[in-house]
Amino acid sequence: MVLVNNRDRVDWQPGMTVQDLLDKMGYSYVLITVTVDDALVAKEDYASFPVPDGAAVTVFHLAHGG
Amino acid sequence: MSDLTPNIFGRNAPGSTAILSEATVAVAGCGGLGSNAAVALVRAGVGTLILVDPDVVEASNLNRQHFFQADIGRPKVEALADHLWAINPDLQLELHRLTLTRELVPTVFAAADLLIEAFDRAESKQWLIEAWCRAFPQKTIVCASGVSGLGNSEAIKVRRAGKLVLCGDERSEPSEGLCSARVAVVANLQANCAIEELIKAGRGVAPAGAPVEAPRDGESR
Repeated sequence: MVLVNNRDRVDWQPGMTVQDLLDKMGYSYVLITVTVDDALVAKEDYASFPVPDGAAVTVFHLAHGG
Repeated sequence: MSDLTPNIFGRNAPGSTAILSEATVAVAGCGGLGSNAAVALVRAGVGTLILVDPDVVEASNLNRQHFFQADIGRPKVEALADHLWAINPDLQLELHRLTLTRELVPTVFAAADLLIEAFDRAESKQWLIEAWCRAFPQKTIVCASGVSGLGNSEAIKVRRAGKLVLCGDERSEPSEGLCSARVAVVANLQANCAIEELIKAGRGVAPAGAPVEAPRDGESR
């Protein structure tokens, strides 16, 4: 089980990557930043970064404006 | 604090000034978020700021940024520096009038204890977060996302993961327009989170019995 945004529980699968999780969650917005167990994952690593079973994942939306 | 400067921090939260005066906070972007966050940090007693911005003040900035008519045409970092020194002449400032790149992050922010991300473009926020976390994994970055539009106050929130703190509604876009109050709420929320993190970190190293601020003579609480 993976906990996303301290709210959504997602079934874990062996070999699951950050990109797999985002796809499963239906995240299509490109401007996000992601942490896995409180460590930032670079965008270029989404497709290769493994999500461990039991991980806490946080997805932040990045909107323009400042 | 110099002998000639009145104690402006007499009503600060007890014990906070001793910690914040030793802190160095970097502010990436001196627009609506950065200029307002910087003012709040200086009033709270942060001792050193590193300001980064390549732009000059434009008339359209004055609806939400901490600048004045006389600042139009001046580099933002220089105009903001004058306003911050007008609050606290003892403030230490490091000014960088440049376009920040991810390659510059480790050097420009080498002395910073914490970073306020105050960029305009979401793509820039994304690479700055990555560059900061790569260069300084043990240091906090306080970001903003979603500051636009009117009202909708209940949507503004703080979310945290590790050393990443993000303030804003994470949804609104500048096409909705930018309102001074809403931008400043998020900027001050960023400053508040930064102060919170600095105090938490500082309490572990602050000298025991650090002096507690007392009101100045004749000043009532």
